[in-house]
Amino acid sequence: MPGMRCRKCGGLAVINMRQHRLALCEEHFVEWMRANTQRFIEKYRMFGPDDRVLVAVSGGKDSLGLWDILLALGYKADGLYLGLGIDGGIDYSDHSRVCAEKFVRDFWPDARLHTLDITGTYGESIPEVARRTHRGRGKPCSVCGLIKRHEMNRIAYELGYDVLATGHNLDDEAAVLWGNTLHWQVDYLARQSPVLPADRPGFARKVKPLCRFYERETAAYALVRGIDYIYDECPFSVGATSLYYKDLLNQMEKDRPGAKLDFYLSFLRAKEQRLFASAGDSIELHACERCGQPTTAPGLCAFCRLWEDESASQRVSEIDGSLF
Amino acid sequence: MIKVTYRDKKWEVPGRVTVRDLILKVGLNPETILAVKDSKLINDATVLGDEDEIKLIAVISGG
Repeated sequence: MPGMRCRKCGGLAVINMRQHRLALCEEHFVEWMRANTQRFIEKYRMFGPDDRVLVAVSGGKDSLGLWDILLALGYKADGLYLGLGIDGGIDYSDHSRVCAEKFVRDFWPDARLHTLDITGTYGESIPEVARRTHRGRGKPCSVCGLIKRHEMNRIAYELGYDVLATGHNLDDEAAVLWGNTLHWQVDYLARQSPVLPADRPGFARKVKPLCRFYERETAAYALVRGIDYIYDECPFSVGATSLYYKDLLNQMEKDRPGAKLDFYLSFLRAKEQRLFASAGDSIELHACERCGQPTTAPGLCAFCRLWEDESASQRVSEIDGSLF
Repeated sequence: MIKVTYRDKKWEVPGRVTVRDLILKVGLNPETILAVKDSKLINDATVLGDEDEIKLIAVISGG
């Protein structure tokens, strides 16, 4: 027995979203995802129809789904893939690059995908940088985040994109919010937002158009569209705190539909009412002596400090032209 | 029996049962799972019978 019917057409529903009391068929679910993405882009004033958007593409369901939605909505959206050099016994990075390239071939052959291979550019993969610098207690996640943030910002800024879009969904945002709330990281709470403005020289504007969709919905969108995404977890994410927080939040969601959505939207409303004051606005930023990107302390930024030994810094100073 | 696969796991579960109840029976959280039958996504109120084969897909990623 097929169970629920689509609220719009009465056809067979493929998804039931309990928090919205809404079941939809394939066609109307795709339509709903795109229409709501457009609504969130406008509501949070993310970007306009003439802006050039750079989508950070990992080969996963969220980023490929986001790119697909933005192109279907008619935005000028290019992709950026960073090759991280993570193997983990499953060729994780190679497989994710294949997914990103296959997506372009199969769905949007005229779309432009920029690629930057970290190992080819800097001479070391992300796990190798983490080992050399002894950061992250045996896991490269903090180095990975630092390098990705730096490179995505640099490339978006240098190539003149108006905005950098990432595929963060509501589960991602709620997990970060949960962690920041547990530790009362007021500065982080003040900065967490669907939009990070380019309010300082060297910063690209950053937006999260999928931030109000559950992860279950972004996965369903990729499945319904037939997008071949990387299904395996990053091999280093096993045991990650963010996954533990997501699990906790989904335990609540199981018993109280809408709990995650309410947690996140209540937070955004509290921010609108200026519940969180940021000390960030008063922090003086300096240009990094090597790369020029903004940094809180004079001298080198955290990214350039990763390459402080002579041979590594030589590689960083020679990166011009290594993209594409 | 309904044949269920999830990552590298396999179960056989007696029908008739809804997708949501089946996910709970195998010890997973329906909020983090989608179900696919004959390569098509199916909603969680769908009632499954003994001849059905379904694949469960984890939706949570990241780290």
